[in-house]
Amino acid sequence: MGLELYLDLLSQPCRAVYIFAKKNNIPFEFKHVELFKDSILGRKMPGGNNPGHSHEGQHYREEFGKVNILKKVPALKDGVFTLAESTAILLYLSRKYNTPDHWYPSDTQKRARVDEYLSWHHTNIRGKAGKTLWIKVLIPLFTGQTLPPEKLQEVMDELAISLKQFEEKFLQDKPFIVGSEISLADLMAIVELMQPIGVGCDIFEDRPKLSEWRNQVEEAVGKELFQEAHELILNIKELGNIQIDPQLKEHLAPLLRKMMK
Amino acid sequence: MERRFSSVCLLCSYSQGQVVSALTQHLSPCCSLCPAGRMGIELYLDLLSPPCRSVYIFAKKNNIPFTFKQMEVLKGQQHSVGFGKVNILRKVPALKDGGFTLAESPAILAYLSQKYKTPDHWYPLDMKKRARVDEYLSWQHSAIRPSVLKIFWLKVVFPLYMDQTAPEEKLQEALEDLAIPLKQLEEKFLQDKPFLVGNMISLADLVAVTELMQLIAIGYNIFEDMPKLVEWRNRVEKAVGKELFQEAHKVILNFQDLNSMLIEPQLKEQMKPRLLKMVA
Repeated sequence: MGLELYLDLLSQPCRAVYIFAKKNNIPFEFKHVELFKDSILGRKMPGGNNPGHSHEGQHYREEFGKVNILKKVPALKDGVFTLAESTAILLYLSRKYNTPDHWYPSDTQKRARVDEYLSWHHTNIRGKAGKTLWIKVLIPLFTGQTLPPEKLQEVMDELAISLKQFEEKFLQDKPFIVGSEISLADLMAIVELMQPIGVGCDIFEDRPKLSEWRNQVEEAVGKELFQEAHELILNIKELGNIQIDPQLKEHLAPLLRKMMK
Repeated sequence: MERRFSSVCLLCSYSQGQVVSALTQHLSPCCSLCPAGRMGIELYLDLLSPPCRSVYIFAKKNNIPFTFKQMEVLKGQQHSVGFGKVNILRKVPALKDGGFTLAESPAILAYLSQKYKTPDHWYPLDMKKRARVDEYLSWQHSAIRPSVLKIFWLKVVFPLYMDQTAPEEKLQEALEDLAIPLKQLEEKFLQDKPFLVGNMISLADLVAVTELMQLIAIGYNIFEDMPKLVEWRNRVEKAVGKELFQEAHKVILNFQDLNSMLIEPQLKEQMKPRLLKMVA
């Protein structure tokens, strides 16, 4: 049994892991996890909770539960070794599969730059960029209510501050965060910033430096792979007509209420 | 407005005084006579901050020579022109190694461990063990840190700046948010092991305990009914060394002394919006 990666490409960190594994020809079994548990795209997956597949579905969910007690994606399973957190997964893969040095440089100071970005990313880009999806698509989908435009503006204003810091401190005048080559830092950043793009918030508009960087990252990853990984999020508007499992709605209600505050 | 500021170089004990203007000048005199001050690394730290404590303990424990650059965040020293050159994000901890500057405690810790070739157990070379450290360091950013920060700000910082206590419900809310992550800390990360990653202390334990001490020190018994975590905390203190551990936590343990801190009205005004947002 080889490497298994539990992913939902709707999730930003999952895309980073997916792209990294594919780009580096790391052999893995794609274990599709649907964060919203149901046939959100009209596809019945083995992991779904529909009665027709109860035995299989249950086993799958138990299996996934064992894989990741934190019940989040992405998750990795390598034999009996399981791992959560995209940063940890990316670093593990880079070491195990000896990926090209530029992804996570062995040079102490360059490496520190990647570590520095990956740490800052958590509280400054991650979450902020993703909120746009919740406000524009998911909350309306789950609650049937649209949120007032000020809510989105608030999120965009906060994101703007982080983007400014990103440009001034991390990118500066370099093509990539660490220097002349793409690294895990750029990968984690780009997948997160594609989330607002998917819901029509073009954060690259009026930001030429950022836009240039985005193009360079896409080119370094490879356009085909990049587009493939982002297909789901870029077509997210198609979710608008899907029925959501009421049980799921109820389960997510407290989380949604918090986000709406 | 001027303030006389003096400090003793921790390495050569040379004492130097310097007149500075709060908020605008580079504070923290450096000891120009001490060889470490000229050649070694500088660590910009405020021991009130958990990430600063983890860096401080790690450096001291491993006898890494450094110049301690005292920062007082509650006095707004991170806004000085000089510090902006060290870390434009204006956060502590920050490291300066010649022309190289670095922010973010996980990055600083990894950098120090690599540069000074610290004992393996801190950040094991074994891929799977290292992955476990990475996993914790990543997870704690959003699972533990924000709640701890919020509680500390509401309990200690809010009264300092706003001259009134923060609403108790907000504090309770934040404490409740911590319940599940603490359970996860115990069940997913620690399990039945002596330390988070195995039999020996690692960066994960250091970051975890310095963070959670923030709440323990200000009087929150967050490990109530969680004896496993209590034992683990004690084990970590022992592995660090009681003296160093206590020294690093001296400021937070004496947090009541902060009440006598004079905060400039300008700074109070600056912080008000952020504080009000927290209790909205």
